[in-house]
Amino acid sequence: MSQTCVEVRSEWSIVAARQAGRTIAKEVGFGSVDQARITTAISELARNIYLYAKVGEICIEKVVEANKVGVKVSASDNGPGIKDLRRVMEDGYTTSGGLGAGLPGVKRLMDEFLIDSKEGEGTKIHAVKWLR
Amino acid sequence: MRIPILKLKEYLLVSVQIELDDQTALQFQEDILNKIHEEGSRGVVIDLTSVDFIDSFIAKVLGDVVDMSNLMGAKVVLTGIQPAVAITLVDMGILMHGVPTALDLEQGLEKLQQELEG
Ligand SMILES: Nc1ncnc2c1ncn2[C@@H]1O[C@H](COP(=O)(O)OP(=O)(O)OP(=O)(O)O)[C@@H](O)[C@H]1O
Ligand SMILES: [Mg+2]
Repeated sequence: MSQTCVEVRSEWSIVAARQAGRTIAKEVGFGSVDQARITTAISELARNIYLYAKVGEICIEKVVEANKVGVKVSASDNGPGIKDLRRVMEDGYTTSGGLGAGLPGVKRLMDEFLIDSKEGEGTKIHAVKWLR
Repeated sequence: MRIPILKLKEYLLVSVQIELDDQTALQFQEDILNKIHEEGSRGVVIDLTSVDFIDSFIAKVLGDVVDMSNLMGAKVVLTGIQPAVAITLVDMGILMHGVPTALDLEQGLEKLQQELEG
């Protein structure tokens, strides 16, 4: 199974990204709860791109390692980047009047979470959910 | 796309059957408030049985609908939240405090009736 990428530049691409994620999560064999977790995580990452960077990309792929399989979600943009990474990982921190639940939520929904961001250059986030 | 809002006596019934994109969610928020105003509704049941995920944006819109309706004098009950959705919301740290819920449409209507009479 190859990688599916969705260019994020509208509200509709947020829908497209999470539908692609649900399809792959189903194919990999995740149950309904983990499908919802993965779909939600993708929705959060895609909306953050749309809101804060305007344009970016979400890629979803099946990952296989030693004796486990999972789904990896990668979000990347060349937007304004994030100045204080620790701060945005706090529950309730928002610069847009949201719930501030997005990034800390994605971290809890997924098993692995990696964020790399430079002010003025953009943001890259990788998150993996393993099938158990 | 628009979510149909049904009227049943002094109540409004909504069953969310489509994938909620941001625009649809915001349109729904506006439609429901307008309908409460037009019909003078005292209560609203929003059934989420067919909704298979709720992210922070949709959660905020739903929470706001509850608060806004309360301001207008109508009670809102959310019903039929799926296990996967409940688990995901709690994972996300979204607890929807103060939002009345019930298992299904029928119990939602009962809850409204109790709240309005009690
Ligand atoms: N891709 C990004 N580029 C630049 N800044 C970002 C990006 N993603 C998140 N941020 C910043 O991190 C903050 C926290 O993001 P998070 O998703 O946790 O909350 P939110 O988007 O503000 O609200 P919610 O997701 O609950 O609706 C945002 O308010 C924004 O300032
Ligand atoms: Mg967000």
